[in-house]
Amino acid sequence: MDTENLIALLVAAPLLGAAVLLCGGRRLDRVGHWIGTALAAVSFVIGLVLFTDMLGKGAEDRSLHQHLFSWIPVEGFQADVAFQLDQLSVTFVLLISGVGTLIHLYSIGYMEHDERRRRFFGYLNLFLAAMLLLVLADNYLLLYVGWEGVGLASYLLIGFWQHKPSAATAAKKAFLVNRVGDMGLSIAIMLMFTTFGTFAFEPVLEATGETSEGKLTAIGLMLLLAACGKSAQVPLQSWLGDAMEGPTPVSALIHAATMVTAGVYLIVRSGEIFNGAPDAQLAVTVVGAVTLLFGAIVGCAKDDIKKALAGSTMSQIGYMILAAGLGPIGYVFAIMHLVTHGFFKAGLFLGAGSVMHGMNDEVDMRKYGGLRKYMPVTFVTFGLGYLAIIGFPGLSGFFSKDKIIEAAFAKGGTEGWILGSVALLGAAITAYYMTRVMLLTFFGEKRWQPDAEGNAPHPHESPKSMTIPMILLAFGSVFAGGFFSVGDRFMHWLEPVTHHDHGDSPLSAATVTGATMVVLVIGVTLAWLQYGRRPVPVVAPRGSLLTRAARRDLLQDDFNHVVLVRGGEHLTRSLVYVDHTLVDGVVNGTAASVGGLSGRLRKLQNGYARSYAVSMFGGAAVLIAATLLMRAV
Amino acid sequence: MNPVNYLYLAALLFAIGATGVLIRRNVIVVFMCVELMLNACNLAFVAFARLHGNLDGQIIAFFTMVVAAAEVVVGLAIIVSLFRSRHSASVDDASLMKL
Amino acid sequence: MTAVAAYTTSTGEALQFWVLGTVAVIGALCTILMRKAVHSALCLAGTMIILAVFYLANGAYFLGIVQIVVYTGAIMMLFLFVVMLVGVTAADSLKETIKGQRWLAALCGFGFAILLFAGIGNASLKDFNGLAKANANGNVEGLAALIFTKYVFAFEITGALLITATVGAMVLTHRERTERAKTQRERAEERVRAGKHLPPLPAPGVYARHNAVDIAGLLPDGTPSELTVNQTLRERGQIRDVSSEALNDLRALEQRASDRLERPGPLRTGSGRAGESASDPVAAAAGEQTEEASK
Repeated sequence: MDTENLIALLVAAPLLGAAVLLCGGRRLDRVGHWIGTALAAVSFVIGLVLFTDMLGKGAEDRSLHQHLFSWIPVEGFQADVAFQLDQLSVTFVLLISGVGTLIHLYSIGYMEHDERRRRFFGYLNLFLAAMLLLVLADNYLLLYVGWEGVGLASYLLIGFWQHKPSAATAAKKAFLVNRVGDMGLSIAIMLMFTTFGTFAFEPVLEATGETSEGKLTAIGLMLLLAACGKSAQVPLQSWLGDAMEGPTPVSALIHAATMVTAGVYLIVRSGEIFNGAPDAQLAVTVVGAVTLLFGAIVGCAKDDIKKALAGSTMSQIGYMILAAGLGPIGYVFAIMHLVTHGFFKAGLFLGAGSVMHGMNDEVDMRKYGGLRKYMPVTFVTFGLGYLAIIGFPGLSGFFSKDKIIEAAFAKGGTEGWILGSVALLGAAITAYYMTRVMLLTFFGEKRWQPDAEGNAPHPHESPKSMTIPMILLAFGSVFAGGFFSVGDRFMHWLEPVTHHDHGDSPLSAATVTGATMVVLVIGVTLAWLQYGRRPVPVVAPRGSLLTRAARRDLLQDDFNHVVLVRGGEHLTRSLVYVDHTLVDGVVNGTAASVGGLSGRLRKLQNGYARSYAVSMFGGAAVLIAATLLMRAV
Repeated sequence: MNPVNYLYLAALLFAIGATGVLIRRNVIVVFMCVELMLNACNLAFVAFARLHGNLDGQIIAFFTMVVAAAEVVVGLAIIVSLFRSRHSASVDDASLMKL
Repeated sequence: MTAVAAYTTSTGEALQFWVLGTVAVIGALCTILMRKAVHSALCLAGTMIILAVFYLANGAYFLGIVQIVVYTGAIMMLFLFVVMLVGVTAADSLKETIKGQRWLAALCGFGFAILLFAGIGNASLKDFNGLAKANANGNVEGLAALIFTKYVFAFEITGALLITATVGAMVLTHRERTERAKTQRERAEERVRAGKHLPPLPAPGVYARHNAVDIAGLLPDGTPSELTVNQTLRERGQIRDVSSEALNDLRALEQRASDRLERPGPLRTGSGRAGESASDPVAAAAGEQTEEASK
């Protein structure tokens, strides 16, 4: 059996799971979660088979195609359902199905007491199917299907506890903000179709050489808008923080490891388009750099552990987008950071979930403290994730983030210096806020109190189904980066797809690494001075202006409210006014004048045959007169 | 006298008949006025036959009479059935087209 | 006469034209202006006869005769029959109901006549051939030759038209009886079951003082009963109201009787019992009658 025929099964397995679980009804309540987990695991196993098969081939033969059927075969418009599995897709497939399987496993324990667990697993499977479709599609239209599919799954899962108004609102917010980005993607697809006459990856990307820069820039900017929406980049970042209303495994899977990286995938996949449009590329780097700082600052101020991690996610994806915007210098590192981030951020979220699980779903870090004694496994795995993300030498984040900072400097010129400095600054802030999270949660005095009903939390270690995924992810966090970087293994693996360019860095690699270490130490020290050395107040102090703004997500919602909501209201009101006065005026005026005229004309139609006869007779007279006149002339 | 005068007479009778159609409400009188118009035409045909010196005009007048006879038969039948159903011989009463 | 009609216009014909033409126009005007349909029909018949004379004068002998026999004789009589059927005396009211209709009609008619005159005056009618040659073998023979040669198809089709018209007239006026007619017995039973007019309808002669079908018979209390008059007349509203007349007669009779007997009459004194009882209900009945009539 040819291996390419397996590709469809990657998508089909979780899709089948979703269908069975969502349509199966209550009788599947007792086994539903196992079905969902098993099908996710099937996907992962197929992914592994395909991966090993691919390893056995030469670098140029590794790309596989599977054409399922023609979706919309119309003259001049050919939409196929076809899959493409190359080095880039298989990387994503393994990350998605692997982390996905672990999180399924984790959810079995985490959602044990939820009576709608079967439905939850159905949604998770639906997400996996859509996400795999997204990364496996061989054309932009099918990618769009997956893109919308993950949006739907994300909406369903954020609002999974829809009885909470905040969750329902957050789901709606995520959906609406994503819609703005989706519009960008659909416009980009339309532009591609008018420009290239097709939207399959291969012909589009091959044809970029002969296309004008203006068109490529337009397509690129629309793709960037799409990526901003899905990956929570400025200015469409506001939904990610609220998305933490969903169950923690969802935050880990969708809003940290996989879905939010779809924007990075899109940009890397469309690399040739951006290579041909330097302006669009610059926009990508700017967005990445701004988001990097934005997310990091937000992460420093949040007391909610999940929201702090969400800010961190935003910031880390900012790194990836920044790298993707650097062009061939950065594509590989964007993907590498994406994979390592998938491991350690999922691990961190699962750790956070484990903490919440033991603390009666308390999310305020100021009410934690000293938990390392009560949850040792969580502490160790979370700690390894923490070290990985701040870029502790030898762990995953060190390799991938360091490479991105290097690549940013390698961009060259003033831009390179600015971007590199921003990336360095981001590394410092990352170290600061992650240390803060770590100290607040696991060190210091215990600060939890009995709640209003007198239920004091009893911190305890989570069950095996939750700790095992955390341990596995911690392994990934520790070793993935090193494994990828030894001998530039990952770079060579992806090179046929993304190509690579070393650029010419003004600084040597050692200098950059040294600088990174310095800022890392500074960040950690600052955090220790603030939170480790002296007791932490349970109630947050008022803080500086920046802190207060950061607690409100740097006023992003206020900005949206003032500019978009208010502006929209004013626009609508003025449009309504114009509609009422001008449009309705014209329409009603026409109607009234026609009505008045008809009222007068109606009197001619009095129904009397004699009246009509007069008209006929008069007409005959006019005809005779006309004839006579013509003769006379 | 110029025989063209017969044509003038025919035109005058035709106009009178037409006016009668327009001003009378009794359907029978209206019908009679139509007959008057037909007769005026016949007179014109006959006069034309004399002017042209052949009998074709008379033939046409003859056919007009035959058709008029048929028309009278059907028309009077319609009047009778109309009167039966509406008990009225007024043209204005049959104004179903009115709003 | 043939020669005269053929190509010249003799003084005699001119005289005939001006006299009879005037009469014809007057007849036509009367046709459209007479209030009663019968008068209109008679005026029209007169106009048609004059036209027949004109046909003869124009050498159309056959048409002239046909005009008299068919048009005046048959068609106009058919008109008169229908006029009878619909109502001889029903006169049109002269009030115009459609605003401006009369003026518009007059204007159109006048304008139309002017235009036709202009057209005729404008036409080049210089050649004046006369019918002497065409009528050489006789007018009827000439027409026959044309009808059966040149116009034979039209002639045949005219036959079809006449047949169709006949059938059409029958269809329009004939009402098919779809059920068996009720017998007298059944009708009587029906009437008893319905519970009104158990006895036969009153005969028109009861207390009637005039011997005519359009006068309602009087009931014993002096009121006229419409039931005694034919239904057709009732529907046309052609019942002559003689109740007041009858009452006046009655009153005059009583007056004469009281004069002769030399005793104070009921109307003069106004105190006699007989007078009160006789006059009051009668007056009331008369009032009712006028009310009904006005309705």
